[in-house]
Amino acid sequence: MTPSGKPDLSVSIWRGGADGAYRTYSVPSRDSQTVLDVVTYVQRHLDPTLSYRFACRVGMCGSCAMTVNGRPRWTCRTHVSRVAKGDKLTVGPLENLPVVKDLATDMRPFFEKWQDAKGVFEPSKTRDDAIEPIRPDTRQRQLADAGVECINCGVCYAACDTVKWNTDYLGPAALNRAWTLANDVRDAGQTERLQAVASGGGCHACHSHQSCQEHCPQTLNPTASIAGLKRLTALAYLRGEIEA
Amino acid sequence: MSVGALSRRRNALWYAALVHRLSGLGLAVFLPLHFLTLALAVEDGARLDGFFRFADMPAVKLGETGLVFLLAVHFLGGLRILFVENFTWRGNQAKLASAAGGLAMLLAFVFLIRVL
Amino acid sequence: MNVRLYVWQRGTAALMAPLVLVHLAVIFYATRQGLTAADILGRTRGSITWGLFYGVFVLAAAIHASIGLRNILVEWVPGLRSRAAALISTAFGAVLVALGARAVAAVVLG
Repeated sequence: MTPSGKPDLSVSIWRGGADGAYRTYSVPSRDSQTVLDVVTYVQRHLDPTLSYRFACRVGMCGSCAMTVNGRPRWTCRTHVSRVAKGDKLTVGPLENLPVVKDLATDMRPFFEKWQDAKGVFEPSKTRDDAIEPIRPDTRQRQLADAGVECINCGVCYAACDTVKWNTDYLGPAALNRAWTLANDVRDAGQTERLQAVASGGGCHACHSHQSCQEHCPQTLNPTASIAGLKRLTALAYLRGEIEA
Repeated sequence: MSVGALSRRRNALWYAALVHRLSGLGLAVFLPLHFLTLALAVEDGARLDGFFRFADMPAVKLGETGLVFLLAVHFLGGLRILFVENFTWRGNQAKLASAAGGLAMLLAFVFLIRVL
Repeated sequence: MNVRLYVWQRGTAALMAPLVLVHLAVIFYATRQGLTAADILGRTRGSITWGLFYGVFVLAAAIHASIGLRNILVEWVPGLRSRAAALISTAFGAVLVALGARAVAAVVLG
């Protein structure tokens, strides 16, 4: 029991690598407690060997995503009161990524696919050119704005069933990024990008399950972005600008 | 025990995609049989009529009802996908997918009433 | 699925949407009092319209089903090479075209 009078939380946390197991800890319940607070309590007070990742604690950096009671979530902005089943909490590493240890996954495949999707701005001007004014009310800027707030947390990647059964699939985050750049009129790498996302593991592998949209903590809609890429690449292919 | 042993529940649109895939697979398996049967119509169609008498069995009618459902649900689900991919995004896709399934079932049921 | 297969699969889907609608209507119409060969052949024999309708339908369905089968094989059969999946699905599509053409010929030409 804690000063608040609530019973302790029974928290199962994944320990070890891919062949590890869940271990259960008892953590005092507090008001306004986040899942990240719980994990931090375990490491500070119960088992200092617990590995996990976090940085900003306020939902900006995207480093603290974990699987909480079976769903991928950003743990710093997830209140225990909202997700605990009874007084039970199960916290595991993100799915679809190799487990390094405990709650820390190897994010390399996620970011490598970001590169594979050409999710990098290709400048069309030099520092000597005047800054190009972009009106916020143009259609392309609005399309880009709709997807631009991604914090690279990997929640959508972990939630995606297509990623699970197609290891080549670039995934929602990388394709969403490609879509925002495809709508950036200043970008000079459009054809190469469309070619990159039109390959075997590209946007056409998406089944529109919308799990990415359902789980995105930033309430983005990567499925809609990917649908946009499907249209752009199909048109580019029909025009002969890209190859199959 | 694996990390994903407590994996989240599938959402409605995951089931929609599964239904679309399985109905397509079912139709693909049926198509060769459909074509083979129709080829019985060569000359005067007597052999085709022979097949139709066999197909009057209620069990076959149930099977045909299943096929009408497969075609209808693949058609409606496919239309939903074409709209999602090619037009301005609309919300409530899970509801639309359920509606497609419901309408396909209704259509198949009406077919069953007519033929049985 | 790459962009070429995507364009063909969604293209045939869009093409077949009205065809399926007509097909469903014909199914309901034809079964109003039991199927007979005379009823069907009376509609289709010598009809250029129905010949074209079913000819296009068969071709589109064969392409559409073949690409769909390929996607299923690639995603659901672990260890199957994409070359093998392409081979199997292309062969299946060819069988559909051959059997479908034979069926259309039977109901339209006799």
